[in-house]
Amino acid sequence: MKKLRVVVAKPGLDGHDRGAKVIARALRDAGMEVIYTGLRQTPEQIVAAALQEDADVVGLSILSGAHNHIAPKLMELLRAKGLDDVLVVIGGIIPDVDIPKLKALGVKGVFLPGTPMQEIIDFIRANARIRV
Amino acid sequence: MQSPADPGAFPYTRGIHASGYEGKLWTMRQFAGFGTPEQTNARYKALLAAGGTGLSVAFDLPTLMGRDPDHPLSLGEVGKCGVNVTSLADMETLFDGIPLGEITTSMTINSPAAMIFAMYLVVAEKQGGRWQTLSGTIQNDILKEFIAQKEYIYPPRPSMKLVTDVFAFCAERVPRWNTISVSGYHIREAGATALQELAFTLRDGIEYVQYGVDAGLPVDAFAPRISFFFNAHSDFFEEIAKYRAARTLWAYAMRDRFGAKDERSWKLRFHSQTAGVSLTAQQPYNNVVRTALQALSAVLGGTNSLHTNSLDEALALPTEEAATLALRTQQIIAYESGVPEFVDPFGGSYYVEELTNSLIDGARHYFDRIDGMGGMVAAIEAGFPQREIADSAYTFQQAVEQRKQVIVGVNDRTSPGEEVGDVAHPPILYIDESAGERQLQKLEQLKRTRNTGAVERALESIRHAAQSGTNTMPPILDAVRAYATIGEMCDALRQVWGEYEEAVAI
Repeated sequence: MKKLRVVVAKPGLDGHDRGAKVIARALRDAGMEVIYTGLRQTPEQIVAAALQEDADVVGLSILSGAHNHIAPKLMELLRAKGLDDVLVVIGGIIPDVDIPKLKALGVKGVFLPGTPMQEIIDFIRANARIRV
Repeated sequence: MQSPADPGAFPYTRGIHASGYEGKLWTMRQFAGFGTPEQTNARYKALLAAGGTGLSVAFDLPTLMGRDPDHPLSLGEVGKCGVNVTSLADMETLFDGIPLGEITTSMTINSPAAMIFAMYLVVAEKQGGRWQTLSGTIQNDILKEFIAQKEYIYPPRPSMKLVTDVFAFCAERVPRWNTISVSGYHIREAGATALQELAFTLRDGIEYVQYGVDAGLPVDAFAPRISFFFNAHSDFFEEIAKYRAARTLWAYAMRDRFGAKDERSWKLRFHSQTAGVSLTAQQPYNNVVRTALQALSAVLGGTNSLHTNSLDEALALPTEEAATLALRTQQIIAYESGVPEFVDPFGGSYYVEELTNSLIDGARHYFDRIDGMGGMVAAIEAGFPQREIADSAYTFQQAVEQRKQVIVGVNDRTSPGEEVGDVAHPPILYIDESAGERQLQKLEQLKRTRNTGAVERALESIRHAAQSGTNTMPPILDAVRAYATIGEMCDALRQVWGEYEEAVAI
């Protein structure tokens, strides 16, 4: 089985990248191929990275409250590029009233502060497409 | 072990005042801001009515990044993490009915610090206040942005020019203003250890003084207005030792490295804030207790002002009830516990003195390494502090996963059946999109009514100052008075200096 390829992205204007960097390193240590985009990526840039890197998973770190704008745009662009089977997960500060909205958009996992890294690793392994 | 000098005596390990808090308690300064200037103005009035003794402005990300609400990157961010301030008109609303001559205000603003400060000065002037007696703080600490918080705009070297322009301007025109708050807070939040927070922050302070001196300013003309900002974290004794070590390191650096003669240049004054990163979404009421202990360590360490976090901040920005409880936590320490009555009560304790000394030694070792790289700007360009912090963040996370580091309610004493995000938690402040819409409307209206010619001329003067190396503050003040927007003023400098992009490494 090939290694899972994960794009870890930090959209929006926020620069707090501790979480993004820690999860990127944890996924890499768990045997995944991780591409970290760096800061202030637009949904267009993230989708371009997912396409170019042949990503199985896109992980977004959002702490600023901009998820309700970023997620719909990103999901729409992924669909437009035919990347419907890419697993999308979000970590960050997300009010719980927004979680069902994100799930309805097709975001499969939403992880709040305090989530163990192992839980995220297990979730990705269980839900990402199988590469043969 | 040598016993430390008395409080109030060089090198101020035990405190900068001989009598501690006897004459004056720390300032209870609660960081707040959200939505529109109108909404935040109402919150400030409530905080002052509840006994807060200073204001502290949290700006939203577009403001912090020097972008107007109509910029594509501002989409969904306006008013979310703080208050949106696009022009002088917003600053006038923010402080409406709050006399700036009578309170002190701290503003957490870095890349566009000069522009926001200029807006504040013009509002004070319009209220009839005098700049000579105006007091408060701007964070203006760009180095820790490159190191940790990443809200930078321009490359490091021109960014340092903006900082020293403010030093020079204030030395002459606003002498009681704290021109910088050299911040370890964000460095710690990004994952640094206590030692790394201490070392990188103090070394940043040294870098600013060096740049000021290199710009031709006499050290004692600006060094007394430098203040610091530390994180009040969870390891109780280590934190107390950290504040003691910071005062000691600064006193020696200022006297011996820079030859400062004015005692005020030697005395490190600091604000502290409890550790946001220690707050948990699980069992959120535990956060009240964490915050109380962290605040106590800051008071025992001699903090000059303090912000206590609210219990709901791992979930959202705080509600007014949660923010009031956080302020009450400080008031209980101040007025019930008796703690402020004795200065540095741990002075002479074997454990705290030993910890203090080992932090001082460790920080000096980091100073030597950074000096060897050519200073902090060069170390940042090489990615050194960034790597050190990322390594510590990962090590900490692994310790949590392996339950070597206990977090009650998260990896220990968890509530059976509690799902993250599905817990009984306090009501949270939900910021909808109306602030963004309102700020956009106000911006359109502003652009229709102001004198476009005056704006263009002022922006050209900013570009000219940046190109010629003269002080940028006077043309920025002119632009503010003409109601130029934060995005326009920052763009003027982007056109001259370009934008910084960091090399990404995980």
